[in-house]
Amino acid sequence: MSRFDAVMQRPLAVPVLGPRGLTVSHVAAFAVLLFAIVFPLFFDPLSGFMTTTIQALAFVVMALGLNVMVGFAGLLDLGYVAFFAIGAYTSGWVMSGFYGSANIHVFVSSTIEALPGIHLNFLLVLVVAAVLCAIAAVIIGLPTLRLRGDYIAIVTLAFGEIIRVFAINGPTLHLPFAGSDYPLTAGKQSITPIDQIDLPILSPLNSFLTLRGYYWVILGLVLVCLFIVLRLRDSRIGRAWIAMREDEVAAAAMGIPLVKTKLLAYLVGGAMGGLSGAFLGPFLQVVNADQFAFSFSIFILAMIILGGLGSVWGVVLGALLLTYINNYIIPDVLDDVPGKLGLDFAFSDLGFGVFGFLLVIVMILRPQGLLPERRREIELTEGLDGGADGPPIAGVTPGGPA
Amino acid sequence: MATNAPPVPRRRLSQRLPTVSESFRERFGQVALIVLLLALPVGYGVTDLTGDQGDLARLGTNLFQGISNGTILALIAVGYTLVYGIIELINFAHGDVFMIGSFISVGLFGTLGLGLATGTLGVVLGLIVCLIVAMLVTGTLNVLIERVAYRPLRDAPKLAPLITAVGFSFILQNVGLLWLGGSPKSVPDLIHAQERVTTILGIAISRADIVAIAVAVPLMAGVTIFITQSRMGKAMRATAQDPEAARLMGIKVDTTISLTFMLGGMLAGAAGLLYALYQTNIWYFQGFQAGLLAFTAAVMGGIGNLKGAVAGGLIIGCIQQISDNRIGTQWTPAIVFAYLILIMVFRPRGLFGEETREAG
Repeated sequence: MSRFDAVMQRPLAVPVLGPRGLTVSHVAAFAVLLFAIVFPLFFDPLSGFMTTTIQALAFVVMALGLNVMVGFAGLLDLGYVAFFAIGAYTSGWVMSGFYGSANIHVFVSSTIEALPGIHLNFLLVLVVAAVLCAIAAVIIGLPTLRLRGDYIAIVTLAFGEIIRVFAINGPTLHLPFAGSDYPLTAGKQSITPIDQIDLPILSPLNSFLTLRGYYWVILGLVLVCLFIVLRLRDSRIGRAWIAMREDEVAAAAMGIPLVKTKLLAYLVGGAMGGLSGAFLGPFLQVVNADQFAFSFSIFILAMIILGGLGSVWGVVLGALLLTYINNYIIPDVLDDVPGKLGLDFAFSDLGFGVFGFLLVIVMILRPQGLLPERRREIELTEGLDGGADGPPIAGVTPGGPA
Repeated sequence: MATNAPPVPRRRLSQRLPTVSESFRERFGQVALIVLLLALPVGYGVTDLTGDQGDLARLGTNLFQGISNGTILALIAVGYTLVYGIIELINFAHGDVFMIGSFISVGLFGTLGLGLATGTLGVVLGLIVCLIVAMLVTGTLNVLIERVAYRPLRDAPKLAPLITAVGFSFILQNVGLLWLGGSPKSVPDLIHAQERVTTILGIAISRADIVAIAVAVPLMAGVTIFITQSRMGKAMRATAQDPEAARLMGIKVDTTISLTFMLGGMLAGAAGLLYALYQTNIWYFQGFQAGLLAFTAAVMGGIGNLKGAVAGGLIIGCIQQISDNRIGTQWTPAIVFAYLILIMVFRPRGLFGEETREAG
């Protein structure tokens, strides 16, 4: 039996508990969900830990989106920050007084109604951001359709950088039909403040009093995205993505429309980046061009690689871990370690070096990530241990023959 | 190692005889790319001629400076193209190796006591020492990176080494950040870079231009001769065409790949020194920017193609200068990247086509 069959036929080991197919994993999922919902009640509602947790969940949404592109469809996107930027700027444009001479209010509370500028309800902003990002994703995706994997990485990186250049130079740009009252962005000056999130029925949130509301909003977003990603993964589209990732020519030969499938991966991944960006705008209260550097794309990429490319739960774990490491462990716990060792720098200066190091170490020692997807695990170990019956990926083969 | 099965022949589709529509697309891509490249200089040339200036001196200066600046990019681009030619990897860390080259040269200025007060002979000798040391260090660094980050992943899916390359790029950037801090640091202007030597047809030629061209051209000629004439160069070309067959012919593939990284790294080190002399300031982020520009250059010339990389470097240098001078430095990255994307759309094989294993 080939290794592939052996792994795929490994029993899933989830004993059925009740008569209606209630399994241990259902119970566990329910317990985790319950824990996630009551989680903020144990912490000071304004603590730095809450802020980090909310950011971590926002990054989970982005990591899930990037995972659709890179993990499922095999399209390495090094410019994911573009979607964060577009999402965040959407909230900056339509949830603040940035366009002070306009006076548009849609479904907002009475306090905000009195403010100048464009103010839309947060749910509308989410929709607008997702749509804008989906469009941007398709525009980014189109030139990459005929390209091979590593060129896609460069083109997406180039797009990310172009978006950043536009964000920085935004104050000098205006829409063609609008006057100088309507610059594209505020550049390195921040767009601030952004309206607090205001959901229907509930009273408006206030991040200065308690962050719990924000936590539950982003938890809801995470759950929605998780649901979408899990359903997509097991659907016809998800299987098409994976087939395309494994072998494009074979996938096309089996009747998978490559163009549509690729664009759909970009679209879904981009939209999720937009959702997260549109949430982070009001949460951080600031939209600034400096937030959208290339290193952010690598930060998100490191999350999904650490967690396990293509593995949904691994990606969630990777995003949470890396955000805590970045926001909490590096600046607070490890910061003075080099100083104690007699070195004259703070650990937080190593910020992105640590992520670079993680990328290298994970790829070399455990390329399948912390919680690997089963199919990916086989793909990566095949051809390396001599026990596989498939040919190694073509390339330079070091050493002598077996 | 399970090497008994033949490697999967890739891109068989492109090896078919081209159909009419494909050859049309090919021609169209080439023409469109050339039109694109000429758009900026011709457009500004016409405005200069019809405007109150009346001559092409400004455009000529742009282009000349672009070419002298482009030689530095060309040196870096050759490193990308060599590595891509042999193991089909975009060596993302290459730009940062170049940055380390700059940092080492500037560090050596201090060690050797080179300053504005040093005499001409001292500066020349000192710079030669700096050049040699910087090239050796960056070459070795590049070989080590290959050994640590790329060789273990040679049989892994193609994205894996690309990701470790990005990782190494970040590590090197962090090294640079710790070394000289987060803001650009000025370098003693040893060669009096902006001093005008002569003026030809209204184009001012400065000392920096002469130094850049005088160092870069012999180096590139040397590398070309090495690759086309020497035994080891032949081994490199053989490995690039078919590593498996090369190994069967008794070529040490691993050594050859290390040698390629050595060469690429050495050129990046030389480019680092030139950059420090030319721009008279250095910072940790220069490698990322120059690396992307050089990569664009390599792709423009057809990645894997040595002459293409050089031509691409010069072209990108000109685009960069024109954009810096006419449109504004803050827009230059966007313009170069827009070119990169357009090249990818119209002609991913570049101006001159590839000489990698598919084409070879």
